Parts: sequence; structure tokens; C-alpha cells
Amino acid sequence: MAQLLSPLPGTFYRASAPDQPPFKADGDAVAVGDVIGLVEVMKSFHEVRAEVDGANIRFACDNEEPVMAGAVLAEVD
Amino acid sequence: MLKKLLVANRGEIAVRVIRAAQDLGIATVAVYSEADRDSLHVQIADEAVLIGPPAARKSYLDQAAILRAAEETGADSIHPGYGFLAENAAFAEACATAGLVFVGPSAEAIRTMGDKVAARSAAHAAGVPVVPGSMGRVADIEAARLVLQETGFPVMIKAAAGGGGRGIRIASDLAGFETAFPQAAAEALAAFGDGGLYMERVIGKARHIEVQVLGDGRDAVHCWERECSLQRRRQKVWEEAPSRALSDRVRDELCQSAVRLARAVGYSGAGTVEYLYDDEADRFYFIEMNTRIQVEHPVTEMITGVDLVAEGLRIAGGEPLRLRQSAIEARGHAIEVRLNAEDPSRDFAPFPGTVTGLRVPGGPGVRFESMLYAGYTVPPFYDSLLAKLVVHAETREAAIARLVRALRETRIDGLRTTRPLFLALAEDASVQAGAVHTRWLEGWLETHAARLLPELEP
Repeated sequence: MAQLLSPLPGTFYRASAPDQPPFKADGDAVAVGDVIGLVEVMKSFHEVRAEVDGANIRFACDNEEPVMAGAVLAEVD
Repeated sequence: MLKKLLVANRGEIAVRVIRAAQDLGIATVAVYSEADRDSLHVQIADEAVLIGPPAARKSYLDQAAILRAAEETGADSIHPGYGFLAENAAFAEACATAGLVFVGPSAEAIRTMGDKVAARSAAHAAGVPVVPGSMGRVADIEAARLVLQETGFPVMIKAAAGGGGRGIRIASDLAGFETAFPQAAAEALAAFGDGGLYMERVIGKARHIEVQVLGDGRDAVHCWERECSLQRRRQKVWEEAPSRALSDRVRDELCQSAVRLARAVGYSGAGTVEYLYDDEADRFYFIEMNTRIQVEHPVTEMITGVDLVAEGLRIAGGEPLRLRQSAIEARGHAIEVRLNAEDPSRDFAPFPGTVTGLRVPGGPGVRFESMLYAGYTVPPFYDSLLAKLVVHAETREAAIARLVRALRETRIDGLRTTRPLFLALAEDASVQAGAVHTRWLEGWLETHAARLLPELEP
């Protein structure tokens, strides 16, 4: 099992816009470099990319939830 | 006079509004999100109400939560500050429905000035020069070809329903125009569900000059102009007053035109009419009106001695304009710079964190508008403005010297800020000569940004 961490403090978003589907749904597989969400820091948006390959992603953080740097965003197998 | 004011904002502007209200003997209510429990505005207000989680949409933009806080505390009025719910006509109406005074213009004035086409028509009707182009939407490509006689090339084709730079195409000749116009219409329809277009001449090198107005719904006066040509990504970083680019005759015409527009829309409170000024043609053109107090309002306060926030509160409380135009004199020169939590050497990357130490500049002609204190943690959820450093002196040269002196005094330990940008700009020959335009700073940054070394103080 591996954890995907937020590189920055801010607000976590699971989709590129409110009317868009999430980058990853619970249970999806991820590959290194895949975008799993966005973190908004002071009105600027930063993509969060997976640093490991994994299966069955489970998000530990809700859409629009505040996160600190190093917070666990999701886990993968 | 207002008795109890709820300030529906955070950061330095909430602090500024609370101070003005307290100076007038008005009780104050702060509202705050869970991320702002330790904020200065919460500490200095007479009362404070938690309105929701950190996300602005669930707190500072939650109209129902704010109206509930006003009801619970018995506030009789709401000041929106800038951003968030300022310039939101529906919120102004909701305040009125709830029996609260909204500190600002009427919902109708907000709505008219918030609609690009309506604002342009209102300006034209008030005899305010607008950028040559179509009066409102163009019906079709044949009507658009006639508008080209007004605009010439290059011409900007804009989606009437667009905004923030979206839905804009520029054509530099007729062939390009014939291709771009139908594409722009199709795009606007797809993106905004509204294929309506309007057209404007592209003004090449221009300055951003704006006029501060105060109105009481019947009459209006101006408090002279500010120049804000130093911008990055359409965000102002350095503002000053007066503009040295204007002759006395043009300055007078500019300021009078803003007063005409404010009167025409029955403007109430503090507002700003924004223009582009074309140096070569010595002409100014209306861009838009901001129906709220602006970030850079202290520049005007420094040269006129008028407390714009206090005047806005008095007007909202039912007093007529106290100031006669002839009594509003501009003295000396003022400059404001925006100290943001951003690293200018790394493409202005945001830098939230804890202020481990703070040294505030002082002395004659120096004003530091901020919510910072030593030990305060700047949350990552809102904008990056930490402080506005405002200086005033007899001349522009003396103001720049005072700005450098005050910047050297300033220390915000623990964060990276835009301070190095302003030290470098103050030493630049073009800035010293005032030879700048709205796209000047972005070009300058391409060659200078890497040298704006971060100074992460211990």
C-alpha cells in the first residue's frame, strides 16, 4: 500500500471544474504522472500527480476539503 | 448614522473597514471562517461570528450565513469590502430585503456597471469617451463590417457573455476578420450559450488611469486620479497618484467625465471609473466602473486627506455628500505597493506560512495597511495580499526615495514576499521616469525576475 500526499497546503479538488467528472474515481488504477487532483493555494491551482503506480485508489480527502502540506490525499494498493 | 456594522470580508480590508467604523463610533461585527480564527479582524472587532469552513464558497461567499450573522448580532448594515460579495447585485438586494443597509451603490447601479455592454452604453450616453467600437452587440457580419470603419485594425472581437479575458479574438486585417468573426460567434455560443459579440479597437500601448468618485445617490464628486499601469497578469502591483502622464486640461476632462457617469447612474458610496490612456493620441477611453472600495484607495487618501471608507459609511448612514469639489485638493505624490506572499524569483509562486518576525516601517509619510502580526499564520485559502505599503511625499521623486527607505525598514520574517520586486522597480530608470504602460512590467520581468532573489528571513 502507498500513500499519495499533498505537496502544498490549500484546498483539494478532485475535478478540474465543478461540472467535470473527477480525475480519478474510487477504485481506479493510477500510473506515475497521472493527475489525481488539484490543490488551490492562494487562488493559484497546482496539479497533484501520482508518484507511484497503484491499483484501487481510495481517497482520504473530500472534494473542496482544506489540506496541509504532507496530508494524505489517497491510498493505493 | 449607522449603529452596528457587519464587515463581510477578511484580511487587510476587513481591518481597514473596522478601523473606519470604530473611528466613527459605529459598533463592528467581524465574520470569519474556521481558517481565520486567529485573524486580526476577528481580534479588533467588537464581536465576531464564525460563518463556516475555510472554502470561501462556504463562508465569505455564503450569503445566507452572513445575513444570519447580521440578524443574530443585531447589525443594521453590511460592508462588503472588495472581492467576495462586493459588486454582487443579488446580495445588495438580499440585504435590502432583510432590512439591512448595504454599504455601497444600489443593486441597479451594480448591475448596470457589471454588464460590459450596458456599462459601455451608459458611459457613452453620459458623454464619457469609450474605446471606438460597436455600441452594444453587432447583429451579424454585415453590421460588423460597418463597425470596422470606426475601429480600424487591429480589432478585438469579444463575446458579450465572456469575461476575464475569455472569448476574445484579435484580427489584424480584413481577411483575418472574415475568418475570425464567424469562429468567435460559434465559440461564444458553445462556451457561454450566447453567440452575441461586440467589437473594440485594440489600443496598443496604454496606461491604466482611474478616477475615484464619491456619490450620495444624487450628487457626486471626484477625488482625482490614480495611475496603475504596473500590472502582472492584469493584477495591479504598484499604484500612484497623481498620474504624471496627464496635462492639467486632460486630467480635468477625465475627472469630470467620471463625475458625469457617477451622476448618470445615481451612484452612492465610493467607486472607481477605469480608463485606458493613450499617450501618443493624448486621449482616454472608459473601460469599466468598479462599484466598490478598491485595494489602492489609500493612494487617493494620502494626496487628498479624505477618508474614503469613512465617507462611504457616512453616506450609507443617510448623510449627504459632505465634500464640495472645490475643497478636494490633491497635494504631493503617493505610491502604494502590494506586498504579497509570493516568490517573485519563482514565477510568483504563492508562499503561505507563519510570520516569525515582523518589523513595520514608519516615520513621516508612511502608512502600512495590513492584518499581519508576529506569530500570525497566513492561511493558504485566500488571496496573497499581506500588506499595502503606502508612502506620501511632496514630489514623485521624493515619494520613490521614501518608498525605498520604507521597504528597507520592512521585514516580514518566515515568508517570501514581493518586497524585492519593488526595491528593483524603484531603481529602474523607466519606472523613475514614469515611462511605462500596462504591458511594460511583464516584459521587464522576463529579463529581471530571476534576480529578484528570495529573502527567506530566519
